[in-house]
Amino acid sequence: MDEGEIRAGVIATLRMIAPEIEEAAIEADAPLRDQVDLDSMDWLNVILGLHERFGIDIPEADYGRLGTLKDVVAYLAARA
Amino acid sequence: MIEFKLPSLGADMDEGKLLEWKVAPGDAVKKGQVVAIVDTSKAAVDVEIWSEGTVVELLVAPGETIPVGTVLATLLEAEETPKTAATRTAPTPAPPRPGPVTRAGGEAVTSGRRRISPAARKHAEELGVDIASLTGTGPEGAVTLADVEQAAAAGAAKTVAAPDRSAEMRRAIAAAMSRSKREIPHYYLSEPIPMRRALDWLARANAARPVTERLLPAVLLLKAVALATREVAEMNGLYRDGIFEPAAAAHIGVAISLRQGGLSAPAIHDVGEKSLEQLMRDLTDLVRRTRAGSLRSSEMSDPTLTVTNLGEQGVAAVYGVIYPPQVALVGFGRIGEQPWAENGALTVMPVVTASLAADHRVSDGHRGALFLAAIRELLQRPEDL
Repeated sequence: MDEGEIRAGVIATLRMIAPEIEEAAIEADAPLRDQVDLDSMDWLNVILGLHERFGIDIPEADYGRLGTLKDVVAYLAARA
Repeated sequence: MIEFKLPSLGADMDEGKLLEWKVAPGDAVKKGQVVAIVDTSKAAVDVEIWSEGTVVELLVAPGETIPVGTVLATLLEAEETPKTAATRTAPTPAPPRPGPVTRAGGEAVTSGRRRISPAARKHAEELGVDIASLTGTGPEGAVTLADVEQAAAAGAAKTVAAPDRSAEMRRAIAAAMSRSKREIPHYYLSEPIPMRRALDWLARANAARPVTERLLPAVLLLKAVALATREVAEMNGLYRDGIFEPAAAAHIGVAISLRQGGLSAPAIHDVGEKSLEQLMRDLTDLVRRTRAGSLRSSEMSDPTLTVTNLGEQGVAAVYGVIYPPQVALVGFGRIGEQPWAENGALTVMPVVTASLAADHRVSDGHRGALFLAAIRELLQRPEDL
């Protein structure tokens, strides 16, 4: 799976929680949760969605490494 | 004869629009069965009935907007026979009869209003025809489908503006909160609560769990609030007609922000009795259904105490407004690291500021302080929650 596919999968997962987001409007280098307005329950649902989509179990201890969209894609790419 | 009335689905609801009946005359209903779907400014709510019986008559047609307390349907109690009931009810046959109605504009319209069939009413709405402007040509001046179509064709109809849901919701929230601030003498307390023990315990618990069973700090906070009401009962219950009725169980209303703006505070029932795992499942389900706009009437109408939790994206503290007829609201700010002095030493501590808004008609600051202190102490023993 290349980074483009992973990125598309991440966006699709985010859309399940925040249907109003537009891909073009998300800055890959800016804090993701601020941009998409994800509270802790939303964030847990994103982690669950990524688990279902990519089969990757992200431990809580790694949440700090998932600050931006770019971070999330890189994190998943390293494990997919 | 049982009168099934439109329940109040929260302090911010004065009226609702019946969307759909889930039962028909002759149907037997059980306690807790969903019998109708009613639209409030926030969500389409599945309205449950809390008595057993057989539906006799549906008095309100889908599409009607009715005030809280309007009789929606009549039912026979289990042991009642139609004969005994018939002596007490007008023998009006099948077609649903509009009851007293308050329309969106606020003017009361009594049952002397237009007779109109549900189909004609529905069609009028679709075409944007104002029913009040129509001349009925049916029996007893009833408005028929043909009347509606004719009016629409003639252009005599006023266009009904599409209701702006978020504006409606804002109005409903404002009305409820204005009433709260007018009627309830609020007092406020706050307390910073060290969260090291709770968060360490949670991190260990979650490390051993699959992602699907992870707990959020919010469930620890909810459980601690529910257990604290056992120590200070004046925070949990309803104030009605000048009397405070303490609640036997803690049905905690959870303030949930809606993505399109506004908020709703449906209840998780019996929070004090549930395991953290069960609370997490209930909370996840409640947030999902609240945002999808599919809630049950019991969740909307019976919280006994509300918790608002700003979560990780929030700020340090929140001072809430009590939802009448409740008598207290607990607020939690963001859990964040702060300098913390303890035993003569300064450390860095994750801290959450808990606040209490409570009703002076029911309690005073001393009891409120005991309540917040109880929450603080419960959160120091997360393994017991």
